[in-house]
Amino acid sequence: MAVERRTSRRKSRGELFIDCERCKGCGFCVEFCPTQVLAMGEKLNRKGYHTPVIVDLEVCTGCDLCGLYCPDFAIHAVRVKIEAGEAKECDNGG
Amino acid sequence: MKNQHINPVEPYLRMDRMPHIWCPGCGIGIVVNCFVRALNQSGIDPDLVSIISGIGCTGRIAGYLKLDSFHTTHGRPIPFATGLKVARPELKVLVFSGEGDLVSIGGNHLIHAARRNSDIKVFCVNNFTYAMTGGQVGPTAPIHSIATTTPYGSYDRPFNLPFLADSTGAVYVARWTTYHVRQLTRSMVEAINKPGFCFVEIIAPCPTIYQRRNRLGDGLEAMRYYKRYSRVINGANTRMVGLELKGPIIVGKFIDRDRSTLLEAMNEEFSSKLGARYQPYPTGVVR
Repeated sequence: MAVERRTSRRKSRGELFIDCERCKGCGFCVEFCPTQVLAMGEKLNRKGYHTPVIVDLEVCTGCDLCGLYCPDFAIHAVRVKIEAGEAKECDNGG
Repeated sequence: MKNQHINPVEPYLRMDRMPHIWCPGCGIGIVVNCFVRALNQSGIDPDLVSIISGIGCTGRIAGYLKLDSFHTTHGRPIPFATGLKVARPELKVLVFSGEGDLVSIGGNHLIHAARRNSDIKVFCVNNFTYAMTGGQVGPTAPIHSIATTTPYGSYDRPFNLPFLADSTGAVYVARWTTYHVRQLTRSMVEAINKPGFCFVEIIAPCPTIYQRRNRLGDGLEAMRYYKRYSRVINGANTRMVGLELKGPIIVGKFIDRDRSTLLEAMNEEFSSKLGARYQPYPTGVVR
């Protein structure tokens, strides 16, 4: 219900892209996500690092702070506009 | 989720050299992220950008970025950069290097490039140690910090980099940590667009060497520390922004002033002395 209230009148939402094989499990994205979209996962990648998992994609705003904080270029987010049920990618400031 | 969308940093990286050598929790990758976004925002043609690095962990940036780049000898990125700027004034010449490279072995080059206001931008990643060679004490290592060459604690007074750059004449001086990504990106855009010698210090965690030997936790712990203990004071007196072990970190844009660059000063001097006989050298600066 809380999620519905937070997301009902939104004009845009975020989309997350994670490349787990590049991740080294530093945890910066999990720690500094302003809306706590991510959590540290239990699964290991091929190199033996724990990688982040998406807990709640609904609250992602696509601010791309995770992309800025990731030292291994493994995660980034984009902001997509919600237009009458149709999602369209928009600029999130480079 | 499937990776059908390409990371915005990827077009600027040599992907055949990935994964990079930086440790888990290292801050240098964050500096690359900020730089690529700053390059996008500044609207400069990437073909007119040139990256110069010295030796060290940070020196690898020149090898990983898919831009024209020099990976120079230890401590000498600034002489290379000054030479490149004089030979090709239309280029944006950016120096990325660590504090051991720029301030210790290349310290003389740094202060003289700042004094002459050579039109290069220096991004100095400060992780307080010589990380690549195993953790010898660096020129910015705070008093009492442990390194392989100071097992009982360092007793030398460290450099205060913004004060050093300010007092030697840099026109733009800022300091951020890897926690302040948006501010760092904005500072990089400002430095790239400003003519003259710009110096940006970036404090970065070194979890494998500096943090471990000083029992400061991992990279994430360092980022939490930056978040908690850094204070933004724009325009602060650079004399007051020295760093201490486990002390507060004052960040911000400290200096932003205007002064004629090396080539402009040369043109002014020769034009005043020789008059019409002197043909001004192109400076590449649009004022």
